[in-house]
Amino acid sequence: MNRASVSLRLRLVLQLLGIAAVLAIVLYFTVRTVADEAAEATQDGVLGAATLAISESLQGGDDGVNVDLPYEAFSILGSISADRVFYRITTGDDTLTGYPDLPQPPKTDAAAAPVFYTMPYRDTEVRIAAVVRTVLVARKPVPVMVMVAQTRQGQEAIAQSVAQRAAAIGLGSFVLAAALSLLTAGNVLGPINRLADAVGRRGPQDLRAVDHPTPVELRPLITALNGFIARLRGALSRTETFIAEAAHHIRTPLATVRARAEIALRQSNSEETRETLRAVIRAVEESSRSAGQLLDHATVVARSDRLADEAVDLARLIAAQSEAFAPTADLKDLTIRMSVEPVVVQGDRALIEAALRNLIDNAVKYSPPETTVELTLRRDGAAVVEVADRGRGLGGQGTSRLTKRFARGENASDVIGSGLGLTIVSEVAAAHGGRFEIVDREGGGTCARLLLPLA
Amino acid sequence: MRAFVVALGLILLLGSVAGGFTVEEEVLFPPAGQPGRELSILSTTDTDVMRPVIEAFQAANPGIAISYTVANSQEVYAAINDEGKAFDLVISSAMDLQMKLANDGFAAPVRSALSEALPGWARWQDRLFAFAQENVVLIVSRKALGAHQLPQTRRDLIELLRDDPGLFRGRIGTYDPARSGAGYLFATQDVRQSDSFWRLAEVLGGLSPRLYTSSNEMISDLKHGRLVLAYNVLGSYAGPRLADNKDDVVVELEDYTLTLLRTGLVPRTARHPELGGAFLDFLLSPNGRQLIREKAGLPPIDGAALFASPHLRPMRLDPGLLVFLDAFKRKAFLDEWESALNRK
Amino acid sequence: MRFLLVEDNPDLSQSVAERLRLDGHAVDPAGTLAEALDCLAAASYDLILLDISLPDGDGRDFLRQERRRGRDTPIIVMTARAEVSDRVNVLDLGADDYVTKPFDFSELEARCRAVLRRRGAALQTVQQFAGLVFNPLNASLSVGGEERELRNRELRLLEILIAAPERIHSKAQICDRLFSYAESVTDNAIEVYVARLRKKLEGSGARIDTIRGVGYRLIAE
Repeated sequence: MNRASVSLRLRLVLQLLGIAAVLAIVLYFTVRTVADEAAEATQDGVLGAATLAISESLQGGDDGVNVDLPYEAFSILGSISADRVFYRITTGDDTLTGYPDLPQPPKTDAAAAPVFYTMPYRDTEVRIAAVVRTVLVARKPVPVMVMVAQTRQGQEAIAQSVAQRAAAIGLGSFVLAAALSLLTAGNVLGPINRLADAVGRRGPQDLRAVDHPTPVELRPLITALNGFIARLRGALSRTETFIAEAAHHIRTPLATVRARAEIALRQSNSEETRETLRAVIRAVEESSRSAGQLLDHATVVARSDRLADEAVDLARLIAAQSEAFAPTADLKDLTIRMSVEPVVVQGDRALIEAALRNLIDNAVKYSPPETTVELTLRRDGAAVVEVADRGRGLGGQGTSRLTKRFARGENASDVIGSGLGLTIVSEVAAAHGGRFEIVDREGGGTCARLLLPLA
Repeated sequence: MRAFVVALGLILLLGSVAGGFTVEEEVLFPPAGQPGRELSILSTTDTDVMRPVIEAFQAANPGIAISYTVANSQEVYAAINDEGKAFDLVISSAMDLQMKLANDGFAAPVRSALSEALPGWARWQDRLFAFAQENVVLIVSRKALGAHQLPQTRRDLIELLRDDPGLFRGRIGTYDPARSGAGYLFATQDVRQSDSFWRLAEVLGGLSPRLYTSSNEMISDLKHGRLVLAYNVLGSYAGPRLADNKDDVVVELEDYTLTLLRTGLVPRTARHPELGGAFLDFLLSPNGRQLIREKAGLPPIDGAALFASPHLRPMRLDPGLLVFLDAFKRKAFLDEWESALNRK
Repeated sequence: MRFLLVEDNPDLSQSVAERLRLDGHAVDPAGTLAEALDCLAAASYDLILLDISLPDGDGRDFLRQERRRGRDTPIIVMTARAEVSDRVNVLDLGADDYVTKPFDFSELEARCRAVLRRRGAALQTVQQFAGLVFNPLNASLSVGGEERELRNRELRLLEILIAAPERIHSKAQICDRLFSYAESVTDNAIEVYVARLRKKLEGSGARIDTIRGVGYRLIAE
């Protein structure tokens, strides 16, 4: 995975967890070391006391060294743990009493204070305290060494219990740190998420600069974002201007051409010339229609992923369209009959209007003279808009074929139209989560049906 | 001879291996079912005492033959310490020697629910386990005592002895610590408990005490009128043997009464340590305890009884027991004993 | 009718003016908003045709401003339909209707008529011939005081014929003006409408005369 694409939260959490893990391990070893040292110090203290107590019971005399082992010395050793105890008392290399194989200290110059050392002994490891005392034997000073040893099971048991507790503490602190790190990550990333929400909630037309309270660290991002928005706004406005300009610059000359052609048509008596002029006018009409539909289609495509979400009064919209088309229909003695009930849907008004315009335009275009185009709006689980005509019908083609971009009914080659009209209707329906279908009508003609979800 | 060896001390013991140890009795209990493994037990406890327990164990574990070897506590100690004999279980009433075996690493660990359930004072680590607690008592012939009150404490006893030296002269028995391991253990534990022991020793010294090496001899002599009282006798022996006799009584002195723990350990050299452990577990089981109490006549480990009788002092299973095994310490103690006894 | 044509493109302006004059309308062209205001100050118009982008301003601003001043002359906006919402906008601003360039003159005329009809305009458009009175605005034909409804195509046919009585109109010329160029019609299609109109003219003293192989003319009996 690309490092840059790893989630910020994941990265933050992982790093915090890493730190927590290191701290937990350090904590564990620290506690262990301290506890081990404390346990050893305790054992050394008792061993040292026992050794000193024995050394104080040493007595000189004419017939050699005498030792009176104090009972308490050993009893104390037994009281801190049930460990095995060994001892040895020597003069030089001669063992006076005790265990003759108990190892002597590595350095023999033991002083009055006990020295401590750890040695393997028999089947285990022992901690030994050794101290040297000088005793007068036959008026001669004789150095006597007292060694007391104890196995380390008690100490190990303490160390093990401490280790377990240390591990529990380490684990506990790690778990706590993990929870805190998740919380922290949430906290730190909260402003980013809120910012993303604020920007994501914006409507399609909202190109204002972002003015959301954010932490200092996010300011450069906001600045960059606002710069980008400004550029986008500029680009959009330039594009809009450009389209408007282009439309103007194309449509105005087309209008001139058409006007000239009509004038010429009125004045010419040559049938050949007139036919040519008719062809010119048809061509102008077709390019004009295509330009209109391309504009509609571009608008649908551009807006369908960021639909405006407004209440759209379908009845009013249909009435307005009906009125707009009335003069055109009248030229063919077509009647537009409306039968609407009030229905409001939630959606993009401009797109729905484009769909209705294309539907009615199509019906007017394909209707024979002196027929009726019926516009129906009803509520039937969805908002149902029907545009029915008495045109030539579908000729056996289904909705999907007809609504494919640039497809035109096979039997409509003599009627001007780019074929985009139904595609636009179908796309608007899809963008709103609705449906579009065309069916043959009983008695001839077609019925185009646009279904939109109710608000 | 034994006294001499002990007197020489541990150094000599550790160094000298004087041939085989002396066995008093060796009995083979054939298995109840098909012959299988053999559990070998070395013990200071008489065969007849342990027989019901052994037979019950075999009944519960058919196929196990048991060889039961009896020796005195020093021999038991020597068999393991000096000779490394391969026994599966070592039972002894000599707590100090058992403790030394365990301390010196001759015991193998035994882990079982029953052994771990033992109270702390009845075991040492996972090596040494007590299965019987026996009080060390004073036995008195009430008839011989006449009008005198039964002594309830050592102070009472000392006063009694001083009041009527004529009655007691030559008619007091106690262990000879120099010749008896048990006697030495009881005496040294007495010293640990109270200074009054040396006063008692001095008073005894003036009354020509008879020194014994076994509790049974003292009980016999008391029953036969040769003794008025005997000090430091094993209550587990005295109780049953004096039960039919209203004239002789067992006294648990109220200032303190020592409690001896009879212990078992599984030696490292065991051929079948699991069998040794199983037998030990059997001794500690409810069934085993009942057999020990009712058939063997020994009091099993009973923390409640101890709690109910605050004068009882179980001897502590700890390295302190090793102190009096030290040669210097032993010599010093016996010298003191000797001089206390002979002070006129 | 008198039109004020506000259009900055001279070619288009000239063509539209010429085309409208062919139908007998008077047209004053204005290339800028300022010129338009001058014209409006000097004369009164039946209808204003207004372009949106003009050199000295936006047609929509002009529209809003004139409506605010109380001018109620019907206005039809000629849009280049640069965006979907263009039309809605101009209607809201006070335009009576709009046409999208390039426009069909038949359609423009129909829209003009519809606007004027809606406004209840003066009746100076009433034409008389023989015993018939004809008002193209509300498509009414009156014969001896009897009102006769005309359908759109009958009306336009009558309009063509009555504009030049006695003159012979070829079938092709009539077709071009009666049908959309997108429709493919045969010359014979016209006969249906001629027959219908003849029926409605009965008793008016006016008659449609067939000149076989040439065309039709309106004559008085």
